[in-house]
Amino acid sequence: MGDLRSSVQVPVTVLVNGRSYTVDVEPRLLLVHLLRDVLGLTGTHIGCDTSQCGACTVLVDGKAVKSCTMLAVQADGCSVTTIEGIGSVENLHPVQEGFWEKHGLQCGFCTPGVIMAAADLLRQHPNPTDEEIREGLEGVICRCTGYQNIVRAVRYAAERMQSADGEVEVAATAGLDRGEGSQGGATS
Amino acid sequence: MSATVFGSQVKRREDPRFITGRGRYTDDVQLPGMLYAAILRSPHAHARIASIDTSKAAQLPGVVRVYTGADLQDRMGTIPTAWLPPESDIKTVAHPALAVDTVRYVGDGVAMVVATDRYTARDALDQIHVRYEVLQAVAEQELAMAPGAPQLHADAPNNIAFHWKVGNATDEVFAQAEVVVRHRIRQQRLVPNPMEPRASAAQYDPSTGELTVWVTSQNPHIHRFILSGVLGVPEHKLRVVATDVGGGFGAKIAVYPDEALVGFAARDLGRPVKWTEDRREHFLATTHGRDQVEDIELAGTRDGTLTAIRVKALANMGAYLSTAAPGVPTILFGLIVPGPYQIPYAGADVYGVFTNTTPTDAYRGAGRPEATYLLERMVDLFAREIGMDPVEVRRKNLIPKDAFPYHNAMGLEYDSGDYHRALNRALEMAGYADFRARQQQLRAAGRYVGVGCTTYVEICGLGPSQVAGAVGFQGGLWESSTVRVHPSGKVTVFTGASPHGQGEETTFAQIVASKLHIPVEDIEVIHGDTARIAMGWGTYGSRTTPVGGSALAVATDRVIEKAKKIAAHMLEVSEADVEFVDGSFQAKGAPQRRASFQDVTLQAYLAWNLPAGVEPGLEASAFYDPANFTYSFGTHLCMVEVDAETGDVTIDRYIAVDDCGRVINPMIAEGQVHGGIVQGIGQALYEGAVYDDQAQLLTGTWMDYAMPKARFFPNFETAFTETPSPHNPLGVKGIGETGTIAATPTVVNAVLDALAPFGVREIPMPLTPQRVWQAIQNGREAE
Repeated sequence: MGDLRSSVQVPVTVLVNGRSYTVDVEPRLLLVHLLRDVLGLTGTHIGCDTSQCGACTVLVDGKAVKSCTMLAVQADGCSVTTIEGIGSVENLHPVQEGFWEKHGLQCGFCTPGVIMAAADLLRQHPNPTDEEIREGLEGVICRCTGYQNIVRAVRYAAERMQSADGEVEVAATAGLDRGEGSQGGATS
Repeated sequence: MSATVFGSQVKRREDPRFITGRGRYTDDVQLPGMLYAAILRSPHAHARIASIDTSKAAQLPGVVRVYTGADLQDRMGTIPTAWLPPESDIKTVAHPALAVDTVRYVGDGVAMVVATDRYTARDALDQIHVRYEVLQAVAEQELAMAPGAPQLHADAPNNIAFHWKVGNATDEVFAQAEVVVRHRIRQQRLVPNPMEPRASAAQYDPSTGELTVWVTSQNPHIHRFILSGVLGVPEHKLRVVATDVGGGFGAKIAVYPDEALVGFAARDLGRPVKWTEDRREHFLATTHGRDQVEDIELAGTRDGTLTAIRVKALANMGAYLSTAAPGVPTILFGLIVPGPYQIPYAGADVYGVFTNTTPTDAYRGAGRPEATYLLERMVDLFAREIGMDPVEVRRKNLIPKDAFPYHNAMGLEYDSGDYHRALNRALEMAGYADFRARQQQLRAAGRYVGVGCTTYVEICGLGPSQVAGAVGFQGGLWESSTVRVHPSGKVTVFTGASPHGQGEETTFAQIVASKLHIPVEDIEVIHGDTARIAMGWGTYGSRTTPVGGSALAVATDRVIEKAKKIAAHMLEVSEADVEFVDGSFQAKGAPQRRASFQDVTLQAYLAWNLPAGVEPGLEASAFYDPANFTYSFGTHLCMVEVDAETGDVTIDRYIAVDDCGRVINPMIAEGQVHGGIVQGIGQALYEGAVYDDQAQLLTGTWMDYAMPKARFFPNFETAFTETPSPHNPLGVKGIGETGTIAATPTVVNAVLDALAPFGVREIPMPLTPQRVWQAIQNGREAE
């Protein structure tokens, strides 16, 4: 164990928010610590150590993953999208916009993970009912909002993405399916 | 627009950084050369430390230093208690930052490793060898008070931390009563669980002697105050920063050993140090809430008039008295036991008890949920006893609106209220009468639906400093604000309150915008940094808006007053002849003679031609000490259905009508209510910390402790009535805790109403399906 701990470093190449990084890491390094401590992307948060809360949710190759439960080495060769890459202040992803419009956050700590989980939910179910949104957010915990405004926020985003506004729809799809924060300036 | 900013739905100004991942939480602080701390915690609830061997840990590559309690006991102070209820014979016991010879709860700190990265620090913990001599432990307060129980502290016989009494209810009152209902209630222990774990980071500059501590705090100035004493760093050399805090719910009021340790290590090692708890540590090392055993008596007449209530409560304080802990089951609980009803006699008799458990302290509502729960449960039991509808009992006993200011039996002065209006509104929204009719039909069909009601009042807006002193709080409860108007007319606001999710960067901007008639975008609200804000007492007790917001209103008025003097000089009229209308200063009767706000702010700084005796600049501060607490109130109703075969409870509808005085931003106020309701329902149906008989915490992760999730709830139906507080300049009251206070009894009352056909009077919280099912079986057997 002692040998594995620090003497072995393995190279990992990940595409994070459209930018490629190759770094040497301990095999045990969690993806979330790679993002936060090595790459300095502190928007992804850690709320628990048992995969319950989903504050650390990111998109890996377009799918929502709890980054506290994935090793950095498992992400080798993958495309990762974090909250910093899904949209920017100037060009918010519809889910981000929904959270702002509908007061879907209070302390903001769970928010990045919930936004990423909601983005994946809408990828799979573009037009969910309130009940489906509530079921679909099973993997995240929010202690502040009581969830109701999160449901409103996700519904708002669904409507925006369904709307005739093709630009929004295309941008959102690109961000989701390719795992690349294609809309924002925060990607490089 | 300015006339409508106050009271309108303004999108939150803090959100852009949060929704794009640019919040600045404590664990996000990253400094060159930063070290990481990890804390070894006791696996035993009660033990003597025979020896600690740190040699192997210290040799691990990357480990910079290992500290034990023995290393620190002469180098830093112990963690104090800051609320000492008077005439309670309170035993304050020193809590060393790391245990020296005895550990008293699972999670008590034993050693700290500082290393070059998080993983190495954790590895090193495994290399520390501690030999413990395990002692008998006790987790339950009743057992802890019993003869022969393990004793935690030499100077607290029978583990009694304090004994506090209040009220005028005598044995005679109850002996003469027509009806007396007696009941025992267990307020289970809860774990606050803000989503952001606690964290601390510190940096020391030996050239200036300045120590900066970033910490997950609801009250950075209280942290500075206490850490200054513990660390021996004078206040002017100690900066505490808590800019973005990921929820607190009371758990980030206290000053904790770990936070002091990080500051100590940063200074001692001359390098920045960071520590962040994981969730398992949060369960062990961050304060818990509630945990009372209560014996209650409620007296009244057959016609439904309540005449007296008294409670004897045993409050589990854990192994030490946390920062504000003694005030929670006493002042914040006992004084509000008579609630919103005209009950002439009331009493509370409270023992605070040491046990080998994690210390308890404030948890959202702090004392008021406990008081409201017992009262609202007792009112329902009383209604059942006399065969009256529980809503009618409430209606009959609510304090009428013309009785305010109203003095309750404990001496509190309720400032204002229209309790019947909120009740009627909620009943109307719920269609209460129709529900009762439908309930009968459904019961006949074998379906068990119930409705629960809570009418509540809460003490909030803590509070007048003189009263704080009188009730033993070791601090003031006023709040400060500074309004700095820049030459361009843009404004920076500094507040001593320390919001951590409640949205005051927006609502406080709305307060200033409505007074200065400028857009909210022109106002920046700064909080959570002792280097930028002179002093303040933080955010808890639903005080931020009533006290901090009022300080802001007063400071803004002072700015306007000074600007008027300057404007009068500019317009060459007397000050008395200037009025501030829609953002311009104008001469009364000659509105064409005017100067815009920005004209005046610029002149204030150019100072080329100021009136005699007026200094340059445009900035004002206020230290606002409220005349009284404020008393929010309301009515919550809930409709549930219980599956009698499984015990599963479904919440069909939840209706909340709250009155927090004037509402500044209805969207944010509603959000506070939503979140509070879910936490309140969490206590009613899901959450509970469980210790075994050796005081091991059995619910130490989110796999064992049920956190409320989205799918558990329907959409809530909320509304506000507005009864202004008469004694603060904004007419506002607190809204942060109302949901938590009201929701727990509302839901439990609803479940017990649904189960009335089975004769079920009580189910201990949380009302899990297993407990509900068992109660139904017991009821069936009794039939």
